[in-house]
Amino acid sequence: MIQIEKLRKVYRTRGREVTAVDGVDLTVREGEVFGVLGRSGAGKSTLLRCVNLLERPDAGRVLVDGQDLPALSGGELRRARRRIGMIHQHFGLLSSRTVAGNVAFPLEVMGVPRAERAERVAELLELVGLTEHARAYPAQISGGQKQRVGIARALAGRPKVLLSDEATSALDPETTASILELLRDLNRRLGLTILLITHEMDVVKRICDSVAIMRDGRVVESGPVRELLLRPGSELARGLFPLPDPVLRAGTTVVDVTFEGDGADRPFVSTLARTYSIDVNILGGAVEEIGGTRIGRLRIELPGEPDVNAAQLAHLREAGLAVEIHGTAGDAPGAPATDPATDPATDEEAPVS
Amino acid sequence: MTWDEMVPLLRQGTLETLQMTVWSTLFTALGGTLLGVLLVLTERGGLLPVPAVNKVLGAIVNIGRSLPFVILMMAIIPFTRALVGTSIGTQAAIVPLTLSAIPFYARLVETALREVDPGVVAAAQAMGASRGQIIWKVLLREARPGLVAGLTVTVIALIGYSAMAGAIGGGGLGDLAIRYGYQRFETGMMLAILVLLIALVQVVQSLGDLAVRRLTHK
Ligand SMILES: Nc1ncnc2c1ncn2[C@@H]1O[C@H](COP(=O)(O)OP(=O)(O)OP(=O)(O)O)[C@@H](O)[C@H]1O
Ligand SMILES: [Mg+2]
Repeated sequence: MIQIEKLRKVYRTRGREVTAVDGVDLTVREGEVFGVLGRSGAGKSTLLRCVNLLERPDAGRVLVDGQDLPALSGGELRRARRRIGMIHQHFGLLSSRTVAGNVAFPLEVMGVPRAERAERVAELLELVGLTEHARAYPAQISGGQKQRVGIARALAGRPKVLLSDEATSALDPETTASILELLRDLNRRLGLTILLITHEMDVVKRICDSVAIMRDGRVVESGPVRELLLRPGSELARGLFPLPDPVLRAGTTVVDVTFEGDGADRPFVSTLARTYSIDVNILGGAVEEIGGTRIGRLRIELPGEPDVNAAQLAHLREAGLAVEIHGTAGDAPGAPATDPATDPATDEEAPVS
Repeated sequence: MTWDEMVPLLRQGTLETLQMTVWSTLFTALGGTLLGVLLVLTERGGLLPVPAVNKVLGAIVNIGRSLPFVILMMAIIPFTRALVGTSIGTQAAIVPLTLSAIPFYARLVETALREVDPGVVAAAQAMGASRGQIIWKVLLREARPGLVAGLTVTVIALIGYSAMAGAIGGGGLGDLAIRYGYQRFETGMMLAILVLLIALVQVVQSLGDLAVRRLTHK
């Protein structure tokens, strides 16, 4: 639905050059919620603004629903933009118009006749649960309600694609949850494809099907959330299951095991200990619910160097678990060693550009 | 001078002052808004960036604003005469009044437009709004409280200028003040004119404030 190829955007201000987006490739499939995660200044907003050409890319292609946007003329681009909804961190509502007036605005822009406009506005307000506040001004409603207005407005032109730039960053946790819920619901009910930008892991966890992690204008990791979590060494997993840097002791092997399901049906730690008659030390762990399934990560310590534990590690992999071995004193510290042959994620595309 | 002698003069003077103020306000509102919009549109990063045009317009505004009203009024007498056929009287005074107020108001318009949240403009662009729609439906509409507040300031400045215009043949309360209050030492007349001018300014300011309050939904 959205295809971004070799996208580059450079800002030039008084002799200084900032490459905000540096050769990004992304594909957002129809009907999915795609998150772009990254720190402040990573280039997320710039990337998003290049999708509907609020910023003109310096190089690369942006295809939305098969249409090459940078190639369009002014009028064509305006018409194409009406098919792409966008919601904003600070809402971007007209303070001089009521809630209903704000939702009517894109319809006016499109030249929808007055009577039809009123009908559609009522429908949209109903959809986001704001019928009672139709006549209120933005200054009179809460942040969460403002974002609902923003969402209703973005949907006015029946877009297939919704772009969201930190739509929940200005909201408290409960309101964030309700807005994410609404987006999820719209995604399911209307088949809306959503490309959202966030710096919160929680947003990815709650609604994203796929994710790309951006740093310094580049995508360092991307793919379906579930796959990335199961992929040893993935940044997403490290962010979602924050385990401290392992303390490596000579003569032991520290392993991060990622499992799916509630873990109870796979008592792999006790099985391992029993099968090989070893003491398995649990160093830490976390479980998260992602898209209806639970994914957990456990850090365990096995006696003996990794080569001594070959059978044990193979056992874990055979049980369908993703295994990440931390280097011991002999290896480069901190560099996780993965075994490509049995790594369940290696056959997936892992664009590290 | 008796009260009965003063009243018709004051009535006439007030009418002339109002006439000068109302007409020049009208032309200023149009011209100043246009110029202010152009200043914002053409600036670097604006909706229609043409830095060269922006520089020229900015320079014109600055020159206009640096000329004292009385000097401008005398300097453009040939222009005024060409435009309205005479250089004295109420009608003639409207020309320099408008010309001096346009740059003043244009700067106020520029400031008011700049205060419009750029996020709202970006949102409108993302919706596919055209430049004209953004100017009318977003910029001018969102800036309305600021535009009206600026216009109030401008009207009050125009009332002041119109008194000066009166001093050199424009009629109005300023003319009365010079002829009776200053040259003939009619203290009563002077006082009455002062009271009228103060009342006029108060009324304009109150109406302006009221309008701004009505237009603000913050
Ligand atoms: N209009 C601009 N002019 C110059 N530099 C810009 C402009 N917009 C963004 N940048 C620069 O581009 C880089 C990426 O900015 P961008 O806003 O895309 O980051 P971001 O990931 O959205 O950050 P945040 O989470 O803070 O919103 C930053 O270094 C920023 O300073
Ligand atoms: Mg941003």
